[in-house]
Amino acid sequence: MNALVTFKDVNLSYGGHKVLDDVNISIAAGEIVTIVGPNGSGKSSLLRALIGAIVLASGQIIRERGLRIGYVPQKLHIDPTLPMTVTRFLSLPVKITDTEASEALAQAGVPDLGPRQMSNLSGGQFQRVLLARALLHKPQLLLLDEATQGLDQPGSAAFYRHIEKVRDELDCAVLMISHELHVVMSASDRVICLNGHVCCEGKPDVVASAPEYRALFGTGTGGALALYRHDHDHGHDHAHGDGCDHDHSSEAAK
Amino acid sequence: MLDSFLVRAALAGLGVALAAAPLGCFVVWRRMAYFGEATAHASILGVALALSFNMSVFAGVLVVALIMATTVSTLSGRGYAMDTLLGVMAHSAIAFGLVAVSFLDGMRIDLLAYLFGDILAVGRVDLAVIWGGALLVLALVGWRWQQLLISTVSPDLAQAGGIDPKREQLILTIALAVVVAVAIKVVGVLLIAALLIIPAAAARPLAQTPERMAAIAAVIGAISALGGLQLAYQFDTPTGPTIVSLAAGLFALSSLFSLGRG
Repeated sequence: MNALVTFKDVNLSYGGHKVLDDVNISIAAGEIVTIVGPNGSGKSSLLRALIGAIVLASGQIIRERGLRIGYVPQKLHIDPTLPMTVTRFLSLPVKITDTEASEALAQAGVPDLGPRQMSNLSGGQFQRVLLARALLHKPQLLLLDEATQGLDQPGSAAFYRHIEKVRDELDCAVLMISHELHVVMSASDRVICLNGHVCCEGKPDVVASAPEYRALFGTGTGGALALYRHDHDHGHDHAHGDGCDHDHSSEAAK
Repeated sequence: MLDSFLVRAALAGLGVALAAAPLGCFVVWRRMAYFGEATAHASILGVALALSFNMSVFAGVLVVALIMATTVSTLSGRGYAMDTLLGVMAHSAIAFGLVAVSFLDGMRIDLLAYLFGDILAVGRVDLAVIWGGALLVLALVGWRWQQLLISTVSPDLAQAGGIDPKREQLILTIALAVVVAVAIKVVGVLLIAALLIIPAAAARPLAQTPERMAAIAAVIGAISALGGLQLAYQFDTPTGPTIVSLAAGLFALSSLFSLGRG
């Protein structure tokens, strides 16, 4: 398998607290991979380690040589003290022409935003602009960190449909972090459930029916209701006992 | 032409205003106002040390401002809030500085000049130092402009683009120390931060892009420096405070403009 990025035994800690524990993940060209997991499970840290913003405690992240990454961060607040038009923002840090900027905005479905101030955009418009910026230099791997946070249901559904379209056009791989399983399932090729370590991994329906997953996102409800139980605060004692030590290789269908 | 003290003063004020403008914008954008203030206040310690070791005031201030700025950057985020840390450092530095100055014989009279600046006493060497420093800062900020901007917008976006935001922070810190060191003669320790912040703040309502904000801040800074000098000469008022007062007046005008526009 020709992997764009491979996480090899990655360990990460924050002030003595272990955030990622022996994580092994690899992303192939063109696939859409979604990472789900509770708050504090290390999802965002994983992406930030991938872009080089966090130093690993041990292990390796192997990127394909010359890999072009487009990154859409979780939250971005542009202070109103900083005057910044959308067009100007797209020219950071690599300068582009105004034509390229308006093409990118048109492709992102927000053609008229160019002269607007970044600090005046709505949440949905802002995400579209961030996405347009991430796609400017034809990335091979698009990273999305809870990109639909703050969007309503139709808004995030539309956003994900757009991501699918983009993937088909650019043929890039997508690695995204989500807090909504049902949207994930319709869009992704593979779902990885993370809670410090990789709990389970597989096709969306595999994850939804795996007992580990049900235990993590709410017991007894099963099916659709479990999908909404993301902000649980229960312990995770079962994980190291049995469920998590199973072999992933068979279900991580290649 | 440089023989006239007024011409030298005007050029000195202009140099500092031009260097302070783009840097002041970053100070405003990154909410570093108090950081600039603290670095400036610490420079009084630099003056005391320079005078006691008989080295140039510029060098003394530069060293202390750099130490101050890097110490604060290193200590921040380790259990102290930034404003607490700066409060401790800034006031300690100015207190130590004033105590240190008191050990120097015959220097008490000069102190006021360093606190409020003495632009009319700028000599040819001072002028060379001021413009050298100003051009250095302008070159540094101009060279790193795109990288500094993206690091200001989002350190993570910078990182994803292969830019180290910590390195950009360090460049800003160095530039800030240089501006403080060259501005001390012009407006003095207590008013340096004003020259950084007020023109940038006044430029904000008039600008749509970061570049325009820096350019307008430079114009406002230059008007304040030259106009303030003129007014001080005419009404026999202290020069540094007059320059800052004029800048404050321009800030008030630009605020009214933005209010009027809704």
